[in-house]
Amino acid sequence: MHSEDITIENITKIEGTAGLTIQIEDNTVKDLKFIIKDYRRFYTQAIKGKPYIAAPAFLSRICGTCSVAHLFAAITAVEKSQGIEVTAQTRLLRRLAYNGLMIRDHALHLYFFVLPDILGLDSILDIPDEDGNQGHILLHDSFDIKKLGSDITNVIIGAAIHAPYPTLGGFLKLPDPSKFPDLIQRLETIRPQVLRGIKTFFDWKEELVRNSDYLALRNEKGYDFLEGEIINSDGKRVPTQDFHHFMKSVVIPYSQAEGYVFSDTHEDYLVGALARVNFNKDVLNPRTKTDVAQYLSVFPSKNVYHNNLAQAIEILHCVDDAIDILKTIQITDEKVVRKPPQAGVGVGVIEAPRGILYHMAKINEKGIIEDYDVIVPTAQNQINIENDLKKYFNENLDKDRGKLKLDAEKIIRAYDPCMSCATNFLKIEWRES
Amino acid sequence: MSDTKKMVIGWFSFTCCEDSTILLTELLNDHLDEWKKVVEFRYMRAIKTKNSIEGLDVAFIEGAISSDSQAKEVQKIRENTKYVIAIGSCACTGMPSASRNLFSNEALIQEKIQWYMSNFDYSQKVKKLEEVIKVDDKVMGCPMDANTFLEILQKYLAIFKVT
Repeated sequence: MHSEDITIENITKIEGTAGLTIQIEDNTVKDLKFIIKDYRRFYTQAIKGKPYIAAPAFLSRICGTCSVAHLFAAITAVEKSQGIEVTAQTRLLRRLAYNGLMIRDHALHLYFFVLPDILGLDSILDIPDEDGNQGHILLHDSFDIKKLGSDITNVIIGAAIHAPYPTLGGFLKLPDPSKFPDLIQRLETIRPQVLRGIKTFFDWKEELVRNSDYLALRNEKGYDFLEGEIINSDGKRVPTQDFHHFMKSVVIPYSQAEGYVFSDTHEDYLVGALARVNFNKDVLNPRTKTDVAQYLSVFPSKNVYHNNLAQAIEILHCVDDAIDILKTIQITDEKVVRKPPQAGVGVGVIEAPRGILYHMAKINEKGIIEDYDVIVPTAQNQINIENDLKKYFNENLDKDRGKLKLDAEKIIRAYDPCMSCATNFLKIEWRES
Repeated sequence: MSDTKKMVIGWFSFTCCEDSTILLTELLNDHLDEWKKVVEFRYMRAIKTKNSIEGLDVAFIEGAISSDSQAKEVQKIRENTKYVIAIGSCACTGMPSASRNLFSNEALIQEKIQWYMSNFDYSQKVKKLEEVIKVDDKVMGCPMDANTFLEILQKYLAIFKVT
């Protein structure tokens, strides 16, 4: 009987630290562990006992790359606990800033982490400095795209990372509209570059197809990362405030992050751009839909590599949505909505770049945080990642070990996992599976 | 291939949100072409698979130190580099990653925290970098201050006479 262990000590070109071990016996995968290695920071414990006003800026520190997602989810959770209703302008500015986050975050993943796999290179550092080289062109596209995403957030919320302007009830400082025309012009200019990226990820014919469930936010009014209901592949709809009732957390003893299975009908599920485009391609920005019609035809898709293509399409959607908002918004000098503290529980569920992000705040009548919970996309995807890898290895054990390791990293990278997110909190409730 | 002398650097992340790594990837938008001529990125797991810590001139280290295994890892980096720069708030001050150092005993004995502490090799306290190894320079900020980082980079390029 042949037995063997395959180990990837540190998976590269992802956010944070994770490893993979596979135990093979008699030409089948006996055991496979996707191990999240980042150490916990227990932020949801650390925030307890502090005034609620402190929560968003502190919890933004859960993650460097999607700090704006944690910032907005925390703001939403606390606002709901306090019955604070924000203005239409605030909602629109948050949406605009979020487009900037998505553009930068997706572009970092697609071009810095995944593109070298497409080019057969170790790193963007190995892309030749030749003007006509396709890799060189795409890499320089990515510089322009990422920078534009960051500049949108710089103008609207004061920074791309740990942004200072958004607060409970509105904005501490409103954006300067004189900067909008330049952003509009750059967004228009960048569209052909974004479309070149979409074609690149469409033309990459990697495939790993497996049945699992998908979960995403759905808003019938449009493609929305911040407001909607959660739906799954069976068409089940879950109001965001009830989301955690439908999740079952699973302790994974070797990982610093727990996993999740969804309620009743499925063993595992995927969150992220693939789930979003699978469910919501009909409500993408009309201009985006027109220009990517040929690529949208592959959705709904069960090929996990199409998470990359879905992210590339979302970049264009965010570009077009940002153009629409910047062209029409009239900034008025609004005051922040404030109310005296009240006891309450609030939930903020939004689509982070990597999928559904849940924040829950329980606050007492003095405005002090009594309890806090966070569920991040990478923890939700953890079991799905393992099951995808088991399928891949069982079907490909005859392949060269170097190729197996590289393909395993490519599959994991397709999920765009973030270990920083996955290991910075404590669960309120968990059950042994 | 140019044989121009380059400064050999490593970029490392420990317990943190990796915001300074993200900021660095943003700085690459404007600086990668120029830096590739003067810097060899020998270790940077965020953007490359083939990494080595051997023979570094400068190690940029982000994040606080949460465990004995992390402490051993940074000590090994220290042995393999001429200079160490602490990057960002968690490396320079420990916080906010060291928040658990301030937990009351009541919080610390919570079953759920205890499970993690005993199931993995968490050290009793989270430490800032200079509590574990010698640090030559610091770039403060959460994330790191970009201008200070650029100044520090220039300072060490000058030390290694790389232009």
